[in-house]
Amino acid sequence: MTGSLAAVTPVIGAPNIEYGQLSPMLVVFGAAIAGVLVEAFVPRPARRAVHIVVALGSLAVAFALTIVVAASSSLFGGGSPGKIAAMGAVAVDRPTLFIQGTVLVLAFVSVLLIAESSHEVSAFAAQAAAVPGSPEEREGLLAGISHTEVYPLTLFAVGGMLLFPASNDLLTMFVALEVLSLPLYLLCGLARRRRLLSQEAAMKYFLLGAFSSAFFLFGVAMLYGFAGSVRLSAIAAAASANTSGSTLLYAGIALLGIGLLFKIGAAPFNNWKPDVYQGAPTPVTALMASCTLVSAFGALLRVFYVSFGQLTWSWRPALWAVAILTMVVGSVVAITQRDVKRLLAYSSIAQAGYVLTGVVAATALGLSSSLFYLAAYGFAVIGAFAVVPLVRDSTGEAADLSRWAGLGRRSPVLAGVFAFFLIAFAGIPLTSGFTGKFAVFQAAISGGALPLVIVGVLSSAILAFPYVRVIVLMFFSEPAPDGPVVVRPSAFTGVAVGIGAVVTLVLGIVPQPLLNVAQHAASQLFVR
Amino acid sequence: MSNFPWLTVAGAIPLAGALAIGLLPSRPAPDGGSARKSSDELVKIIALVTSLVTLGVTVAMAVQFKTGGPRFQFTQQYQWIPQFGVHYAVGADGIALVLIVMSAILMPVVILASWRDAEGEADPSAQAVAGGKASSTPRRHSVKTYFALMLVLETMMIGVFAATDVFLFYVFFEAMLVPMYFMIGSYGVGQRQYAAVKFLLYSLLGGLIMLVAVIALYVYSTAGGHHGTFLFSQLSTLALSPTQSKWLFLGFFVAFAIKAPLWPFHTWLPDAATAAQPGAAVLLVGVLDKVGTFGMIRYCLELFPSAAHFFTPLVIVLSVIGVLYGAIVAIGQADIKRLIAYSSVSHMGLITLGIFAMTSQGQAGATLYMVNHGFATGALFLIAGFMVARRRSQLIADYGGVQKVAPVLAGLFLITGLAGLALPGLSTFVSEFLVLVGTFTKYEAAAVLATAGIILAAIYILWMYQRTMTGPVRPEVSGMADLRARELWAVGPLVALIIALGVYPKPVLNIINPAVRQTLVQVHSTDPVPPHPAPAAPVSTSSRTTGSRQQSGSAAAPERRSLP
Repeated sequence: MTGSLAAVTPVIGAPNIEYGQLSPMLVVFGAAIAGVLVEAFVPRPARRAVHIVVALGSLAVAFALTIVVAASSSLFGGGSPGKIAAMGAVAVDRPTLFIQGTVLVLAFVSVLLIAESSHEVSAFAAQAAAVPGSPEEREGLLAGISHTEVYPLTLFAVGGMLLFPASNDLLTMFVALEVLSLPLYLLCGLARRRRLLSQEAAMKYFLLGAFSSAFFLFGVAMLYGFAGSVRLSAIAAAASANTSGSTLLYAGIALLGIGLLFKIGAAPFNNWKPDVYQGAPTPVTALMASCTLVSAFGALLRVFYVSFGQLTWSWRPALWAVAILTMVVGSVVAITQRDVKRLLAYSSIAQAGYVLTGVVAATALGLSSSLFYLAAYGFAVIGAFAVVPLVRDSTGEAADLSRWAGLGRRSPVLAGVFAFFLIAFAGIPLTSGFTGKFAVFQAAISGGALPLVIVGVLSSAILAFPYVRVIVLMFFSEPAPDGPVVVRPSAFTGVAVGIGAVVTLVLGIVPQPLLNVAQHAASQLFVR
Repeated sequence: MSNFPWLTVAGAIPLAGALAIGLLPSRPAPDGGSARKSSDELVKIIALVTSLVTLGVTVAMAVQFKTGGPRFQFTQQYQWIPQFGVHYAVGADGIALVLIVMSAILMPVVILASWRDAEGEADPSAQAVAGGKASSTPRRHSVKTYFALMLVLETMMIGVFAATDVFLFYVFFEAMLVPMYFMIGSYGVGQRQYAAVKFLLYSLLGGLIMLVAVIALYVYSTAGGHHGTFLFSQLSTLALSPTQSKWLFLGFFVAFAIKAPLWPFHTWLPDAATAAQPGAAVLLVGVLDKVGTFGMIRYCLELFPSAAHFFTPLVIVLSVIGVLYGAIVAIGQADIKRLIAYSSVSHMGLITLGIFAMTSQGQAGATLYMVNHGFATGALFLIAGFMVARRRSQLIADYGGVQKVAPVLAGLFLITGLAGLALPGLSTFVSEFLVLVGTFTKYEAAAVLATAGIILAAIYILWMYQRTMTGPVRPEVSGMADLRARELWAVGPLVALIIALGVYPKPVLNIINPAVRQTLVQVHSTDPVPPHPAPAAPVSTSSRTTGSRQQSGSAAAPERRSLP
């Protein structure tokens, strides 16, 4: 397996790239590069429109190609479990295609939010480089310009998210991790309002993210030292053949796990989430809360199911502890939150814990239920974050919860939709949240993790309290006299909220089609 | 007509009504006033007609019910989520049927009684805050939403009783919370926010604990390579180990005990019932509470018979405590609605006592009591609500001498109050008597103690009546109007039912009894054989022999077996 170095011959042949298999990723990366060119050559007034077309178009095409790949290679027809592409660097298998499809749809909705510009231009700063409060900043604002670089940055991030769960070796996975993270660090700092908060968020995210990347890289090094390869399947083979000296292996698992758990925001690696979610421009928060979570879980699932699939006894106790801690921390701390974005951040931490209960099952059922949960949660969370920017006052978004008092009286539809998302997060039946929770808990009980499920339901009960309190504020409280205004959403946000709400409802009532796809996607687990 | 989907239709009509109400244009004319008022009236009429049609359908269904027929009738079964083995499966046995009919009867009554509740004034504290800028603050309530919520709730009430798939039952059980939560929180009085949150969180906690049990039940049903299922008919023949059975029983039981509510899980009820509008309180106490006791009979007893026997002493003790505690605390209440709520805690204790006595009299009495309690307490809540709406106070001390100014109101209040203390001749007497007799044959001490609850009931009911209705007329109530025609139409049918079922409960008992017998067969419980005439054998514990004796040829006692 170490042959790649030893077998180097003077003639370096062209690598064999399966362009068809990789086409969804290639389209997104290509569009991102095209976006950079648009930034350079298209005049400013037309830029935004061109960017939107390029971004949405590429995501739609990539999604279509994902379906084509899934169908054409008869992956979903019951044929092969998947294919290894790009000289073994990328694995295109059923779970990956499911995750990629989910990420693409969610990214499409996120781009709709990013494109929203009806309320005071956009959510993004005019010039990120201008010092907050400086004349340059004011100038830029008055000129009505905004950073259109967000579109290519978003596409790069999405491209990384597509590659992350598809990586078949740890180095590719690390590159994908950086490709998805670096644009996000930048995007976090681009908020138009409360720029210091936003820059602080970007800084925190960058420092902690870099730290976790280092953990990840250390883990890769350890595992390479153990197995002599960074290929996931080779590590799995070495682990099962291993007879002595597994210190490197366990250290590698632990460090790699930390890097991945950081990305999904599991406790105790969750500290960045509330700050970043709060400070980042809300459309970017929506992107991170949905797509990044899905993608990072995809990578986590692949690493633990493929490389360490034979070693469940070694990592399962640790993941149990992490899952319990995540659910408890997320739900308990959510109670004290006074900012709607921070509340959603802690809720997202707790939700990551629920998905982990499905992951620890380490079975096809666990995989399919986790996939379903991620898709269901992604739509609901995007919808919720799409609603947040619509409630505004003189300082921009009125994210402080006390400002939301009486919102249900002022604009019942908006408050009703938001309440619906909260009810979905709380896991009340007839919403996707219930179906998802049911699926992961069922997988966990089948996998023998009953105590984990009990912690899960108790944490759900605790987490219901902050949700319910928001509903109380919106519907049962008297509106404040100088309360925030609710802006009428443009078509972009309207469509995003609509998609989120409809999917959340439909997956609550007729989840069967998506459950089927998820089950099919998980039926062969990951390709090795 | 045997294939007509009665239950689905009965459940779908209110939902359609709610949708129709939701689709009505809601934007008020800019000049406000009359246009708004007429659209509100339209909403109410739609709601009333919808609930009356639903009532018609359920009554037509009840008429078709064959008391000697199969246990579950009007059944339908379709796959819903094959992945989880979930079916849309409905069907009604005698117990479910009477509860469905009760819900359908209460609904138009409540709608009629709530005619003015939704647009009622804000509670005094909020008014004081809104005070000067009343014109700028939007109107407090949407009439449309209130009645739409009620109709949605009716759909779920019918669904929860009709479901024969545990998953479907759970969906309705939990989803029901949402409309009730909004009805209390948005339209209630006093500490409505606190009460609504407490209600929701309590119920949600119970529901989530039950969710673990529901999922575990499903997972156990897949044991041995079977396809997992949620169908009640298959689960009730599932072989569980005693330990599994006990834990699952507890999971279900805690949820139902919170819902019922059984002491010590009752604390949300007085708050919620006090804060809710009278109509919502009737649905809460009259129907939602019954979901808890219904769940105990249908799911706790039948799915986990051995565990039910194991926990019977505990439940009996809790029930007796509930009976006495609820009654004693009710005596001390200063708030009318709170008093009725505590009396309800006491009565629900009697119902669980009857259920867990596991005798045919006890369970038939308990089921009949569920129906009677819905009517009696419902009427009591409504009449108290009418009175409160006139005087704008829920405190007993603020009333006095009402019977001189509003004799009809006082008279009906007395009748329903007497029903609350189970006066012979009124419906609750029959059920309470059956419960106590059924309990006495097995648990003499419990029955004796519970009987003391009736005496206490006499104290709190009559003392409340005395303080509010008799004595000198207080100046604040001197101008109180008597019941209007609308209000009479609302409570009249309930009072008539209370009297009618008190005199002639047989039709209802005829429907209930076969279902109760089958439940008892399922839990392997038999009535103690009375000492006269002396039987040759000691009390038999074998279900086989007594099963066939009781059933006399109808469906033989199902054997416990693992899934096919």
